[in-house]
Formats: sequence, structure tokens, C-alpha cells
Amino acid sequence: MRIDGKGRVDRTRPVTFTFDGTAYAGYRGDTLASALLANDVRLFGRSFKYHRPRGLLTAGAEEPNALVEVVGPANVTPNTRATVQEIFEGLVARSQNRWPSLGFDLMEVNDLAAPFLSAGFYYKTFMWPRRLWEGLYEPLIRRAAGLGRLSGRHDEGTYEKAWAFCDLLVVGAGPAGLMAALTAGRAGADVILADDSSEPGGRLLSLDPVPDWLAGVLGELESLPNVRIMPRTTVTGAYDNGTYGALERVGLHRKTRPALPRECFWRIVARRAILAAGALERQIAFPNNDRPGIMLASALQTYLNRYGVVPGKAVTFFANNDSARDVARSMIAAGVPVTAIIDSREDAPDEPGTIVHRGAVVVGARGRLGLREITLRKGSTETRIATDCLGISGGWNPTLHLTCHMNGRPRWSDDLAAFVPSDGAIPGLITAGAANGTFSTHGCLAAGAEAARRSLEALGLKAPELALPEAEDRPYRIAPLWAVPGKGRAWLDFANDVTTKDVTLSAQEGFRSVEHMKRYTTQGMAPDQGKNSNVAALAVLADVTGRAIPETGTTTFRPPFTPVSIAAMGAGGRAEGFAPQRFLTSDQASRDRAAPMIEAGLWYRPSYFPKPGETTWREACDREVAMVRSTVGVTDVSTLGKIDIQGPDAGRFLDFVYTNTFSTLPVGKVRYGLMLREDGHVLDDGTTARLGEDHWLMTTTTAAAGLVMRHMEFVHQAFCADWKVRFISVTEAWAQFAVAGPLARDLLTSALGRAPGLAFMGCGPVTIQGVEGRLFRISFSGEEGYEIAVPTRYGEALFRDLVARAETMGGGPYGMEALNVLRIEKGFITHAEIHGRTTAFDVGMAQMVSAKKDCIGKAAAARPGMMGSEREQLVGLKPLTDSPITAGAHLFAQGADLTRPNSAGYVTSVGYSPTLASWLGLAFLKNGRARHGETIRLVDRLRGVDVLCLVTDPVFHDPQGEKLRA
Amino acid sequence: MPDLIAKPALGLAPVTYGAVTLAEAAWTSVHSLAPFPGGEAGVNAALAPLGLGFPAPNSWTAGKDGAQIVWTGRAQAFLIGARPPADIPAAITDQSDAWVTLHLMGPQAREVLARLVPLDLRGAKAGQAARSGLNHTPLILMVEGPEAFRLMTFRSMARTAWHELTNAMEICAARRA
Repeated sequence: MRIDGKGRVDRTRPVTFTFDGTAYAGYRGDTLASALLANDVRLFGRSFKYHRPRGLLTAGAEEPNALVEVVGPANVTPNTRATVQEIFEGLVARSQNRWPSLGFDLMEVNDLAAPFLSAGFYYKTFMWPRRLWEGLYEPLIRRAAGLGRLSGRHDEGTYEKAWAFCDLLVVGAGPAGLMAALTAGRAGADVILADDSSEPGGRLLSLDPVPDWLAGVLGELESLPNVRIMPRTTVTGAYDNGTYGALERVGLHRKTRPALPRECFWRIVARRAILAAGALERQIAFPNNDRPGIMLASALQTYLNRYGVVPGKAVTFFANNDSARDVARSMIAAGVPVTAIIDSREDAPDEPGTIVHRGAVVVGARGRLGLREITLRKGSTETRIATDCLGISGGWNPTLHLTCHMNGRPRWSDDLAAFVPSDGAIPGLITAGAANGTFSTHGCLAAGAEAARRSLEALGLKAPELALPEAEDRPYRIAPLWAVPGKGRAWLDFANDVTTKDVTLSAQEGFRSVEHMKRYTTQGMAPDQGKNSNVAALAVLADVTGRAIPETGTTTFRPPFTPVSIAAMGAGGRAEGFAPQRFLTSDQASRDRAAPMIEAGLWYRPSYFPKPGETTWREACDREVAMVRSTVGVTDVSTLGKIDIQGPDAGRFLDFVYTNTFSTLPVGKVRYGLMLREDGHVLDDGTTARLGEDHWLMTTTTAAAGLVMRHMEFVHQAFCADWKVRFISVTEAWAQFAVAGPLARDLLTSALGRAPGLAFMGCGPVTIQGVEGRLFRISFSGEEGYEIAVPTRYGEALFRDLVARAETMGGGPYGMEALNVLRIEKGFITHAEIHGRTTAFDVGMAQMVSAKKDCIGKAAAARPGMMGSEREQLVGLKPLTDSPITAGAHLFAQGADLTRPNSAGYVTSVGYSPTLASWLGLAFLKNGRARHGETIRLVDRLRGVDVLCLVTDPVFHDPQGEKLRA
Repeated sequence: MPDLIAKPALGLAPVTYGAVTLAEAAWTSVHSLAPFPGGEAGVNAALAPLGLGFPAPNSWTAGKDGAQIVWTGRAQAFLIGARPPADIPAAITDQSDAWVTLHLMGPQAREVLARLVPLDLRGAKAGQAARSGLNHTPLILMVEGPEAFRLMTFRSMARTAWHELTNAMEICAARRA
């Protein structure tokens, strides 16, 4: 029911929206909760386990009951708190966890079965038969128990991640936060004032009237260029070095607009921080205390004064402290009858305008879909009171969660009957105001200003004089009351359906530690993370275990403070946004030829170049392999890592990182090298050219380019920082193309206008069509091969030129598939073979580890077990029949059982060789080099392959290397 | 004059969203310069005719005839827009084609960068520089003024950088709309 003249919603801006298909009207400034309450909707959801009808408990971010789905054009967002979601024109929301409807939910049958569904029920009941757990029990339980459902589709909404920096982060814009921000702002500090609500002011906005000074303070803060107010921003976590996570609702309160993010995940780096997040009111457990219409007194105050809404016609209060009195007075002033105040304290004061039942407690509530009546007990007398709204105040818990994010433990205060934050729990963070257990408005204002003064001192700034606004400064008087004993279930954790009985049962069954109780009952494990129930639950646990509350302790609050969508944390990372894309200069030329691209080391490389009439990739690949073997092929090898190494000690450095010797290599020559990790396994292989006396160019594999650079930086910085050697990546500076085949020399002669004149493994500068480049005579195909490099900006032109020349000679471009077959035919290794668990010995290169010098990994490679006949060694495989073989298959001796211990090795690379008209494989086989000529059984159970293969030398094609040296 | 056609990394026209403009810079020569141990004085002497010295960490300076030098890491700087002097006791490599240079300009340029670069740019002043990341591509950032930034990233990743920058620009403009 809306009360005329009350609230801060904009009555000139009506808004229509739907909830469960029914259209409702509200005003701009309403939350979904306040707008529905104004329309007399009391039922918001169904509980997690028992499907009990539930209404609102709170008016804030801690809401455990009113979780709804918000349906957008492109996405459905489950578990949205109706108390946080602002309404906008066309908002579509629906209730969740009910079937067929919110008012009539068949799963409510669970509530009748409650005696069987107590804490630990699932653990005890579904233990056996074990195999039924995954297939039957779990899906069934998940169906019945639960919250919102995911849509099952990609969330294609716009999300954002951002960084912010400030001198002082103020968390919460209530009285303490406002004074802190104002003090620091006037002192000239860069301030970020983050508040989770749509409007700064905190609990001041729930007062009647809102203090006059608020507008003035907000106006001044907005006018200060060094103060940044971030509304709708919840600080969700405190991390190392003054970094805080925060979630901003950017577009969730309005219609979807192109490019406007739904949410932004902020990483705020602050030199100092003030936590002024206020306090959360708590309820008192009594039988059926979860009936819709029973809510926190502070929530009633907010709905009345901020939104102009009263969720009932006759309001009753149940409290153990004075704070419900303000709410009662507001209600009476607004003309809403207050039936009674049930105050558990014997010495509670009177209240004009209503009846106070002192020393009384509420012991029951009726009204399944909405409260009708409560039962109060005073002494041994029970009385029933008709009421449709009950406001509860069980005291206040400081919102100290952030102070626990780095393992700080809160401290129990007997005076407040609450936990308060420990000092210094987060370096650089001061807690102020209600979050620190100061509950009067004046106290909060003063504490905020004082926290700012201390923070400014640490920042080296001078705090200005600040006159605090006038405000109430009443003491906080509370007599702790956590739960009222009585027949029936009294709810502690509404969100996970945990009752006082569950906590008692947990203690009885031996789960007496608060951490065990939490896990046994699931208390505090729902989306609200126990904000409404933790303290009460451990108070009940303390009671049943005969311990004091501080002795019982509390569970740990961890980030995030409120749920953070993964979409916000991973903003921009969906699909192709996951990693950067690297494109070759030949990219467009390859795509022009309809080459499918595959990603390798972030690079997009052509798989093959289909020709008209070719229907499978194999046809194209076979043709390209034959082309390279018979005429000439061109392929882009710019992706290989290129590291420029210079200095008088460069040769010495290379000797140290490579297993073989480089310092003896003449200028104008290239050498193949093998690099080990410190643990003796192969890190990478490649070639290094000596361009000048003190100038070298290393080539790495595509995938390991960054890895090798990092390794070299480590070796340099850790072992030989004083050597005269400098190196830097030049991968991106050069476009490099391999030209391979019997006609490679002819092609280059035509392109260069002269014969290349290089012997095998030679290199030198070259001018190609007016561009200074580099030419290397190296081969990864086994044919006569060259690699020509030009500055990247000329790459596309050179690629097109080389391909065009090749085509006139019966050649053309070739892709990764052909490149792979060519190197398998030649027995050249890639990271399929040097995959991190193989040694130089395994790949047949033990002789490349120089005996004359030390190198990284040499000592480790000589450990027992790193070489010998027990090792799996690189071999070639050739099937005896004309059938495909697969990488990943295992090798077995003929006649051996196909069991894991009998596996004698595995296949790393395969390809169909058109040259040898056979499938070929590279594999690691136990003692393989001594077994050439044997027949071995290749089995791939995943793909149903079972083939006998001949074990061979890994080099199938031109084993003498005559072609590449031609 | 070479017969091969030189291509820019992107070849895209500048784009503007709200009050921020992103533009690809024209090709210019860039050389890495890494003094050998003990070579600092010699490097400074060799650079002096260009009006430059080896830059302090996180800075860049402009010298004569458009020559600039930017710190890019430990014992490493990039010389921009000038041929590296001969006889300099440093390792020199040509990096001109390894990087794409972008200009981000406008009153909200810092807001855009706050989406992608984890640096505190509140007091950004001309002459500052940093080696950092542009979301997940490598970055050399040069501050040309409080509203003007030069960004260098790997040439092969230019399209990703352009996409991420324009996306952030679009978002910042939408937030203000």
C-alpha cells in the first residue's frame, strides 16, 4: 500500500513492469520489492528446500528470500534480489523455484515431509547404492531444491572491467561515509565514495524526515573535482596492496541500450580505505517466523520513508532493543495503526500511541501466504493478535565482512551483543560508524570524520575543520534474544532453510564446531552468505553446546560480499575475446585462396589451400606435399620466434643455453640447436644464425617463443647478468617465408634476380626487389629449402610475389597440414614430441649434449633414469596394412594383454605420406632404437584403431639428407 | 624505391566515440637500443647529437628533428624517428615493423585506458612512459599530454588492440549518453 506524501520515489514518473506475467505500476526510484509491496504483493518466492512461501525480509542487498529472475531480451538473470533491482519501463521479472506457480507450488509437499528432511538428510539417505548418486539422486535433489535456473545460453550482454585509483576509498555513503568523504575531499585527497544503493545517504534516506543537511553535503561532494561518487557500486572484496573489488550495476536498472554495459567489475587501488558499510539488522527466531509479512523493522522503516510503502494495514513489532521504536513512531505519524510492540525486555519503556508488552515474546505466526495473526507469550499466558505485518528487531550486526577478507577475525562485544571488526585486519583500512559498532547518527558522523582525519594523516594531508551536523546521539540498549523456544520450526537461515532445530541436531551429532555446523546444516552457504543468520546461528550453537559466543567463534567471511556475476569478472573474454588474435601479413592472401585457418600460439595459420574439385582436406594436403617434393612450395613461417642476440659474450651465452656449441659457428652460417630446461628435459629446438661476429639470430618454435624468451631472461638475470650480451624479440619485425622443393633455387633466382648462392645452412643479407632482407638456407621439409625474411610491412607483397612465381613453376602455397606431413616424412620433431617429458636421449639427440662444456639442464639430464634402455625412445612407425593410425594410440607387444602396465609406448604424430604412399607415425617406444624392424601392435581404444606396425628409424624420407644439401 | 608494396598494420581511418579519437600512426623508424654493461656513458655521448640521452625508467624525451627515445625496460630503450648513431656501445635492432603505434586522444582518453591498462594515470604528464599491458596485448605507453596517449603494441595483435580500444571507447560513450 502506497502512503501519500511519503517517500523519495518520483511520483511524476510512473513505470510499468511485470512480475510473473502480471503488469504492475510503480514509480521511478522504486525497487522491484517496494513497487510490488505498493501493489500489495506479499509473496515473492519459495524457499530453497521446503518450498515454503516467502515474502521480503529486508530492504537491502542482504535479502535472503526475494530472489527473482529478470528476463531481458538476450539473457535471463537468476537470483536477482528484488530489494536491489530497480524497476524500469518494461522490466520483466518472474519468481523462481516453484511449479506450477508461486501461489500454488506442488513442491511444497516437501514442507509436509519436513520431519524427514532435516539437516544431514541427504548425506544419510543417499549414501547407497553409491552408483545412483550421480545419475539419479543428485539430479532429483537439484531439481527439487534450488534457486534460479541458468538459461543454458551464452550471456551475450555487454559487461565491463575497469581500474580505478584513489587516495582514499570510502565504502558506504551513510552518515559515517559521507563525513569521511567530505573531510578527505575538502583536504584535497582523491576520494572514491562507493555505495551500493542508487542514491547516496545510507540509512539517512530511511529517516523521517531525511536530515536537511544531507542535500548540502551531497551537493558539495558532487562539486568537488577530487571526489568521485560511485552509486550502485558494491565493494565486494579486499585484496592485497590496497586493492578492492567492486561491482557496479551500470545498466541493470534501465532498458538495454547498445554498448551500455550491464555491470562493471572494478578493481580499485586505494592508498587508504574507510569501511563505513553500516550495520544489518537481525531477526529473532520463533516458530513460523518466515511467514510473508514478517520482516525486519528497519526494512519497514525504509519501505515507509524511502519508498512511501507500507506492507500491511496493522503493524506489530517484536524487538529486544529500542531501534524499532523510531519505526513505530514513523508508522503512527503516517497514519498506519501500530497494534502493539512486543518487547522482550522487562524494563522496556512505554511508547505513546500503542501498547507495549514488556517481557513478552512472539511464539507463533499464522498465515501461509501472508501473515494473519501472531501469538505472543508473556509469562505463561499466550495471547493471539491479528496483524498482517510484523516488524522484528533483534539488534544490529556491524557490516564488517570486508575486514575478514584477509583472514582477520572479528571480536565479540558483550555491550552490543554483536561482533565488531578488529583493528588493522586489512592494512590501510579503518572501520567507522555502524560498521564499527557505533550506532547513533551523531556517533557515526563523528567517527567518519575521525577516520578521515587519521587516513589523511597517513596520506600526509592536513584535515580541515569540519562542523558536524546536528544528529541524535541515543545510547544503544539491547538485551540479547536469539531464538524463542516453542513448538514448530524457527528459521535462522531463510535462504537455505536452516532452523534452530537443525543447529541443535548438528551439535547432537557431534558437529559442534561452528565450521562443522555450517557445513552440516548449510547455514550461511546460500547466496546471502549468512548475512541474516550467522550470528544468530552461532548463538544458538553456543547455547546448545554450553559455550559462550566468543568461545564458539564465527565462520570466515570471504569475498565476494555480494554475488558477482562471472560475466562481469570475465568481461570481454567471451568467445574470441578470450585471447588476442595474431595475424600474419599473408593472412588476407591465404583467405583469398579460401584457406581454412587454425590457431597456433595465438597465430592464425592456413591449414591448406583448397583447389577447385578437391572435396577433402586430405586431397589438398596430399597435393601440397607432392608439390613440395616435386616442384616448389611457399609457406609463411613468420610465427616462429625470432630473438636477436648481440654482444661479445653472445656466443658464450648460446653455449650456455644450448646443449651444443655455437661459439665456433662461422659468420654466415646457421646451426640447429637443442635447449634443455633446468630439469634436463627438452625445452625447445630451433636454429640460430650467426649474422656477424657479435650478432646472432635465434629461431624458436611458434608455441615456445615466449617461453624461450622468458627462459633466456631468467638464465641471463640469474646466472650471468654481468656478461656483455643483450637480446630482444624481433619476431614481429620480420615476415619470413619458407621456399622449399627441387625448384626452390630457381624460384629465388627469379625473385632475387640472381642465384641465391648459399650452401646448406648458410645465411646472409639479401636485397629483394629493393628491400633489404635476410636469406637462410634451412629446411624443415627435407627438400632444398630457403627462408627469406623482409621487414613485416613488405610481408604481404612478398608472399603474393613468391606464390605467383611458384605457380608459374607448377608450385604454390602450402599450409600447416602439408608442413606437418613433410616434417613427419623427414622425422623432424615438434612440440608433439618435445612435449615436456622427453629428454635429448629420448629424441635421439644425446650426442648433441656437448661433453666439452656445461649447459643449462646438462647435470639434470645425466641423472639416473634420464637415459637408457628403460626410456621410451623416438621411433618411426609404418602400418603393415593400408590403414590409418592415430596420434595418442598406445603400443603393445604382439600377444600382450591390452592393459596399462603393458603399454610399451605411445604415438605422438601421424600423417598420410603421399610420397611413400603409406601412413607414417612418430612414436616413443621403450628401448625403441634397438627395436627397428620389429612389429608392434598400435591400439587406440578411443577411436577403435588396432593396427600392426613396423618399427623404423624416424627418418623415412631421404635419410642421407642428399636432397636438402643439393 | 622498393618494388614491394609496404602495408600499414591496420590501414584504418581514425574513429571517434564521444570525446575520444583513436588513430593509427604513420610508419616511423623504431630501433631498440640496449647498452652493454659499462656502456651507459658512451650511449649518452652517442645520443647527444640527437639531443637525447638514455631515458630514465618510465619516461620518454624528444630531441632534435623529431627524434625521440622511450624507456622500454631494464637497460633497454626505443629510439624513434631517427637512425641510430654508429659506434654506440649498445645492441641495436630494427623494431620499426614489430610494433603498431596508435594515438588515443580526447578528454575521456584516460577513462578509456582505465578499461584496459592497469596503471594509475591520474596525474599523467607528457614525458611519462610505461611498459604495461593493453588488456592482454603488450603495451608501451607514452604520455603526450593529460588527454593524449601514444600506445605501441605488437603489430600482429593490432586488430585485437584496435577492437578492444574501440569497444572501450564505445562503452565510455554509452555511459555518458
